[in-house]
Amino acid sequence: MVFLSNLVNGISLGSIYAIIALGYTMVYGIAKMLNFAHGDVIMVGAFIIFCAAQYWGMSLIPSLLIAMAVCTLLGITIEKLAYKPLRQATSLAVLITAIGMSYLLQNTALLIWGANPKVFPSLFNLDTIVLFDGQLSIKGETLITIAANIVIMIGLTLFTSRSKMGKAMRCVSEDRGAAELMGINVNTTISVTFAIGSALAAIAGLLLCSAYPMLQPTTGSMPGIKAFTAAVFGGIGSIPGAMLGGVLLGIIEILGKAYISTELGDAIVFAVLIIVLLVRPTGLLGKAVREKV
Amino acid sequence: MKTKKARFITSMVTYGVVIALYIVLTIMIDNKSISRTLKGQLIPICSWIVMAVSLNLVVGISGELSLGHAGFMSIGAFSGIVTSGWLLNGFEMEDPTLRLVLAIVTGGLIAGIAGALIGIPVLRLRGDYLAIVTLAFGEIIKNVMNCVYVAVEGKALNWGFLSGDLPGTLLLNGPMGAVKVKTISTFTAGFLLVMFTLVVVLNLTNSRSGRAIMAARDNRIAAESMGINITKYKMMAFVTAATLAGMAGALYGLSMATLVPTKFSFNESINVLVFVVLGGIGNIPGSIVSAAALTILPEKLRFLQNYRMLAYAVLLILAMLLSNNPMMKSLWKRLIPGRKEKAEGEGAMRA
Repeated sequence: MVFLSNLVNGISLGSIYAIIALGYTMVYGIAKMLNFAHGDVIMVGAFIIFCAAQYWGMSLIPSLLIAMAVCTLLGITIEKLAYKPLRQATSLAVLITAIGMSYLLQNTALLIWGANPKVFPSLFNLDTIVLFDGQLSIKGETLITIAANIVIMIGLTLFTSRSKMGKAMRCVSEDRGAAELMGINVNTTISVTFAIGSALAAIAGLLLCSAYPMLQPTTGSMPGIKAFTAAVFGGIGSIPGAMLGGVLLGIIEILGKAYISTELGDAIVFAVLIIVLLVRPTGLLGKAVREKV
Repeated sequence: MKTKKARFITSMVTYGVVIALYIVLTIMIDNKSISRTLKGQLIPICSWIVMAVSLNLVVGISGELSLGHAGFMSIGAFSGIVTSGWLLNGFEMEDPTLRLVLAIVTGGLIAGIAGALIGIPVLRLRGDYLAIVTLAFGEIIKNVMNCVYVAVEGKALNWGFLSGDLPGTLLLNGPMGAVKVKTISTFTAGFLLVMFTLVVVLNLTNSRSGRAIMAARDNRIAAESMGINITKYKMMAFVTAATLAGMAGALYGLSMATLVPTKFSFNESINVLVFVVLGGIGNIPGSIVSAAALTILPEKLRFLQNYRMLAYAVLLILAMLLSNNPMMKSLWKRLIPGRKEKAEGEGAMRA
């Protein structure tokens, strides 16, 4: 029973990682860049929800919608201001700019909301589900997180396989030059990718802070790094890969903390990542790139 | 490609400027005409210069993006602190200079061994996957260091993992890190370490091995078909950089009274990478200048108070945007006609 409860918690944490990892992996697939500021967009989203719920007295859905709108705008603005001028630059230059963006968001949040951790309000008001005569209890938030993950996964898969914009996104990630020749507006496609990733970041912020209700300007950075790891774990650039990687990573983290050592939880996660990459150098579901001479 | 003579002149000018700066700063310290904050920063600046130059060896010369360089610094720092404490408590070695030298050598050696162990799996991977694995190793080192306890009792060293219940004086106290460290680092030692690093890195890049490393960076397949053992030369660069980072760590660790393992996080690795990129990838003198300038800059921005790190972030983004702007690039070329050789460093990360 303890194992089952840990497993459910692992899947829930993994679902949060997976939703964040989608942002990383979609941007990587299309713009070929590691967007290190993504973790901080989560933090901004969580703060917006916090303000909406705490200060303006809004309920869950309106505050989430506001946060998603703000994060979408933020994502598009970041892309237009900082990343778009660097399309032709080296990948390292883009990486450093993304890191600068991450510092910028963190420090802006520090100025607006201060360094003291805020207690995130509980917004879901759901009953805890008790199974097996009270041996297994699952929090409502946990189930919502898992459900949100499944819905987002199905939605994104349909979007990328059926809609015109989704197909354009896949084209751009396959071959940007050819996509441009086929009349796809690459800039719009990249903007839409950033918009979707950032909107998902707001949802992830809500779920993350509902599970771990401490909110401060650095809240996003460690989950960001872990989710990025999850994206690589599943094969960066692949949407099902991000899902699989995220969920597996969450399970490994919770089980590792429960059964091996609490202090070494993060080390176990990263050690598993290294082992997986040594066996499959492009991640679980990543495509192997043939090298041409 | 620069000619041999041009490389020689660049090396000599670099050595000369570093020595001249050291002499000027020593005189200024003697005259007390240097501010207290700057004086306190001299040793950290030396460590960060060594870190930046050694990371440049990996990122610029060898062309592999490493996001875990602070991990090696952490290993060096804590093994240096343990060595120094052990020599002082166990062997009553009072001479701080000898202890510092031994601590730096030990820190470098252990970090070098760690670098070799990590390099074997890491260098099998390519590109972003390699970067993420170095990040993972950096985080693992931080996490493991958080659980290491070392105590000295007489001449014996007692080790503990996850529990600090050890006989003797604790040198490393798990998440609390090293406390009450006898600070024995000196500015002269820092200067000598910077010189040592420069000699190692500049000689390596200008040697046959260095050319092999750069050939492997520029075109792996072509280099391999010329008979260059890619893994060997990539390892050479990686292990050298890890060793130097360990030495920098020992110097840094022994200049601080307390040091926690979480200090050497992903953010520090990124900071060093920022030094390297802003100084110019593959450009050793550039790394020195940017490491020194960017260590002083946040202190100099202190008058901005809370806006300090915000200003730093904005400066960072602007620097990247401006230095990659085609208009600015052509302007630079017109101002300094001799800069057309830039292609050397720029090819570094494109592969």
